[in-house]
Amino acid sequence: MKLSDLTSQAGEWLRGSGPMSDIVISSRIRLARNVSGFPFLVRCTRTQRQTLEHKVRDTILAARLSPKTLYVDLENAPEIDRQLLVERHLISRPHKEAQGARGVAIGENETLAIMVNEEDHLRIQVLRSGLQLEEAWEQINAVDDQLEGTLDFAFHPRFGYLTACPTNVGTGIRVSVMLHLPALKLTSEIEKVFRAAKELRLAVRGLYGEGTEATGDFYQISNQTTLGKSEEEIIGDFKHLVIPKIIEYEQHARKSLLNDRPAALDDKIWRALGLLRSARLMETEETLIALSHVRLGVNLNRVKDIDINKVNELFLLTQEAHLQRILGKKLEADARKAARAEFIRQRLSAE
Amino acid sequence: MKCEKCNRPATVLITEIRAGKKTEKHLCEQCAAQVEGFPTKAHTPINELLTNFVLAHSGLTKEEAGSCPQCGMAWADFRQTGLLGCEHDYAAFDKDLTPLLQRAHEGATHHLGKVPTRRGGTSVPVKRQLDVTRLRKELSRAIEAEDYERAAKLRDQIREAEGTP
Repeated sequence: MKLSDLTSQAGEWLRGSGPMSDIVISSRIRLARNVSGFPFLVRCTRTQRQTLEHKVRDTILAARLSPKTLYVDLENAPEIDRQLLVERHLISRPHKEAQGARGVAIGENETLAIMVNEEDHLRIQVLRSGLQLEEAWEQINAVDDQLEGTLDFAFHPRFGYLTACPTNVGTGIRVSVMLHLPALKLTSEIEKVFRAAKELRLAVRGLYGEGTEATGDFYQISNQTTLGKSEEEIIGDFKHLVIPKIIEYEQHARKSLLNDRPAALDDKIWRALGLLRSARLMETEETLIALSHVRLGVNLNRVKDIDINKVNELFLLTQEAHLQRILGKKLEADARKAARAEFIRQRLSAE
Repeated sequence: MKCEKCNRPATVLITEIRAGKKTEKHLCEQCAAQVEGFPTKAHTPINELLTNFVLAHSGLTKEEAGSCPQCGMAWADFRQTGLLGCEHDYAAFDKDLTPLLQRAHEGATHHLGKVPTRRGGTSVPVKRQLDVTRLRKELSRAIEAEDYERAAKLRDQIREAEGTP
């Protein structure tokens, strides 16, 4: 598998399938692990860092975690490839920008990604469409078991898995559920989500995780506590307490828009569609906002001539690295806006 | 509502009180970012928050640890970055780290999750670790059920398993 094979289709997180996928975009679990005997990355010498990267890479490839595992050496990868991986949620922004020996292994149709030498030696991630937390946990737990067969992970009986930042220690787990909540935004009830999350000490973040804004009505809910609870308990809180509550809020808001303000709702949806089908220059952010409203329209069956997969794909393919990869050339900001608008018009033209 | 400076939707309301006079501006995020004194990042990155938190609270504890004998990391270094230097730091800075972990993890001080089948960096046999984890789970359940007699017994068993008096 080559990196270029990824470009043309939506990644797992935007496949738009899976349970509750009209509201739950994706379920993600990551585990932070460090190899015993090596210092954490802030204390690694250049050579140690390289040795570690080789060791972990060889282990991952030898473990045959999936039939086709792609390993990308990020120290030597061009900027556009690294940006592409960020857009597909396969690496973090800090991992893209970092220096020195580091990489990412990608397998199982992009449901699995293992960042090597990020903040911790290994950041194992499993990403599934829709609400599939238990499936994601099963998959990542098995990968962790397999890697542990070869690698000695730093572990302490009292502190659990040892991580570079003490905020991840213990299970090293971060569970993140990405939600599409346009109706709560339109009815100005999004505060409810923040309150529900806060009760369980969960963080609410934007589309690309830490430090990003909630653009296009996408919200990511993640745990902060990693010590003193088992993985199953942490996942259970999401599955049984917080996510069903938020889904119910959003469904209620959608219903009240349909019943009480159908004209206003349709206006939002059809204006967005009009913009996407007519504009000649489109910025990333306004594209996300318009696509979000169209996605709501398709999911509520107000828009009938557009396939939901087409909308899901557009969220990804209109981002800068994807757009440039598809068009096969580097584009400056202004040219990008024109190319983005044209690409969207083509994709959304009547079938 | 549209932004006062451009045609994008207004998502930010800036209320300014200058010399007792109140003015309101409806702006989009891009134009709002141009306004002097407006914080451009509405959502502070979670890691930044946590790091600030770690830094703020780590100063409160009495510093007992000097530096880690394995990697040479000093407590002061950790306070600057919020990142530890190696796996041995947890033992080296145990006393300083514990109150910080409690604040970051809802009061927890002990791991209750998965245990590796291999030993990792410790010399403690895995079987015993498993036992202790299980015992601790039972202990918290006993406390929840207000079964203090059982809780006391479990606490003794944990002490025994951990080899602490």
